[in-house]
Amino acid sequence: MAKRILTALVGAAVMGIGTQAASGATLDDVKAKGFVQCGVNTGLAGFAAPDASGNWSGFDVDYCKAIAAAIFADGSKVKYTPTSAKERFPALQSGEVDVLARNTTWTINRDTALGFNFRPVNYYDGQGFMVRKSLNVKSALELSGAAVCVQTGTTTELNLADYFKSNNLQYNPVVFEKLEEVNAAYDAGRCDVYTTDQSGLYSLRLTLSKPDDHMILPEIISKEPLGPAVRQGDDQWFDIVTWVHYALIQAEDFGITQANVEEMKKSANPDVQRFLGVEADSKIGTDLGLTNEWAVNIIKTVGNYGEVFDRNIGAGSPLKIERGLNALWSKGGIQYAPPVR
Amino acid sequence: MAIGVTTTPEKSKPSGSIINDPQVRGIFYQVITLVVLAAFVYWVADNTIENLKRANIASGYDFLNGRAGFDVGQSLIAYTSDSTYQSALVVGLLNTLLVAVCGIFTATIIGFAVGIGRLSHNWLIAKLSLAYVEIFRNIPPLLVIFFWYSGVLAILPQPRESAALPLNMFLNNRGLAFPKPIFGDGSLYTVLAFVLAIVASFLVARYARKKQEATGQRFPVLWTSLGLIIGLPLLTFLATGSPITFDVPIAGKFNLTGGSVIGPEFLSLFLALSFYTAAFIAEIVRAGIRGVSKGQTEAAHALGIRPGLTTRLVVVPQALRIIIPPLTSQYLNLTKNSSLAVAIGYADLVAVGGTILNQTGQSIEIVTIWIVVYLSLSLATSLFMNWFNARMALVER
Repeated sequence: MAKRILTALVGAAVMGIGTQAASGATLDDVKAKGFVQCGVNTGLAGFAAPDASGNWSGFDVDYCKAIAAAIFADGSKVKYTPTSAKERFPALQSGEVDVLARNTTWTINRDTALGFNFRPVNYYDGQGFMVRKSLNVKSALELSGAAVCVQTGTTTELNLADYFKSNNLQYNPVVFEKLEEVNAAYDAGRCDVYTTDQSGLYSLRLTLSKPDDHMILPEIISKEPLGPAVRQGDDQWFDIVTWVHYALIQAEDFGITQANVEEMKKSANPDVQRFLGVEADSKIGTDLGLTNEWAVNIIKTVGNYGEVFDRNIGAGSPLKIERGLNALWSKGGIQYAPPVR
Repeated sequence: MAIGVTTTPEKSKPSGSIINDPQVRGIFYQVITLVVLAAFVYWVADNTIENLKRANIASGYDFLNGRAGFDVGQSLIAYTSDSTYQSALVVGLLNTLLVAVCGIFTATIIGFAVGIGRLSHNWLIAKLSLAYVEIFRNIPPLLVIFFWYSGVLAILPQPRESAALPLNMFLNNRGLAFPKPIFGDGSLYTVLAFVLAIVASFLVARYARKKQEATGQRFPVLWTSLGLIIGLPLLTFLATGSPITFDVPIAGKFNLTGGSVIGPEFLSLFLALSFYTAAFIAEIVRAGIRGVSKGQTEAAHALGIRPGLTTRLVVVPQALRIIIPPLTSQYLNLTKNSSLAVAIGYADLVAVGGTILNQTGQSIEIVTIWIVVYLSLSLATSLFMNWFNARMALVER
């Protein structure tokens, strides 16, 4: 018993004495406080990064805005909590954040033992390696003996160990807690190799002092399905976060954009009418605990999935990442939304 | 408190109502405080258990037997990604201990040198020591660590342009590589000879002290001990046919391979903690020496004892009595500050524990382990220093 009480005492510090976490209805809490508390990366260009005046932008940040838009019809009603890879899970468990949109890989362990729920994958990623061109390395299999920079508390760290072990390669891990520290160490030449999700590598290369001196190796050694995560036990909130993603996909499928959304309301297509909540007696949003305008509000705020992708990480951004697996299912990718009906 | 209960009623009656009895009031307030504290603890415990249940998180320490799955850069014991979380924690603990012990050792030496330097009659030495103390004492330790880490990384050459040092050692921004001794058959005798030499040196020192007390004659302890400790193992080594060979680092594809490496993370953390804590130790040493009355020095001088010997034999032993208690706090501080290692990627207990915490989600259990370990380390250090203090205390005859 004494051990249990000590455990609990420590827990008070860890769990932030969170009565908030004890409350089941996250949507009611969010509505009551008037904003969505969103856990994001501490600074990963293209995904979540603050500018000089403290305004956040990026792919994950747009998901936070989309959720806020669905609830409040106002994408600015978000507060951001920058979290390191290590801090993110306790932050979600304790109720410090309502949703974690922080390029987090969906794994069975996180879905079950850690007490989270994942559903939509908003970015299909895989782990890659970046090296200096001067090393003349053409494949990850030539990396035996290298010092590898990696961020702690990531699936990346585990995949790295497994990959080198299964290929009988030696390596020396150099592990940091914060992304900025990993970047600085790699840039200073502390390690030969930088490994993380390939999208992350493209983003990080831009922040190095000489981006052109570095190349990304062709191997992808893992599946990294990234997506927003919520706590288990609140199905309504889980549904909202899930359907915000599907709404973005559906909008791209219908060709609804930030610019033409008002026009599309007058569309003759009943599917589009139903999706945008203009059908007579529509309950398309109220069943979610939102208004029927929820999809319209999302699209007005951030655009459709394609626009979000292009603006932050795709062709319209410095990262220039190809859509690849993240194209719509009808265009060679695997992004797919269940019918809105 | 028992006194309050046993007081005879005759005595307390004249003062009137029981409410005005200061002893009763005292007990009342203490009971209230205890109840409030207990209620708070219960509330926290209940809330935590409830939240854990709701979040579907299993608690307990069974996860420690699971496969860790991650690698650790610096390890004093055999460790791979197949080892358990438990061994990962042990690796972290040993790394913490390593940097703490090395740091304490160096900080003490630098601290004593600077502290005595501040009292020097030599203007330059005194001012340099003053500058050292003021600079390092007034910078947060984390900044000192960053300073050393970026300094070490920025100044040291890339692996392909390693700086060659004597004795086949190499220095680059991956650390200091040095030949690793490989113990062949019969090398046990050399190790035994080394241990034997140390024991013999102790005996020589005891003999010398006895002799000096009895006859006043001094015996060259230092030179005899040095000769024993270096000579005896060396002779054994040669006599048994040089069984120890060295694995010398050579240039590999990415970095030097072979040999042993002290990583830049350890180097910078060790340097930062030593230099930072030394500034405080210097002030403690200065205070201790100042605390010895000037008459002691004057008396020693009057007896014709030279200044160096006066410091060593008269001032420092008395100053130690003042120095040791605050010195203990500095040792504790250094040990605890070693947890800042996480900022530069040194695999100490907090860094490794953090990784495990993240992968298993067992935050409460890991935090408990951290608390218990640091508490034990601190208490053990305190115990040792208290014992040392008692030994150093002035023995009155």
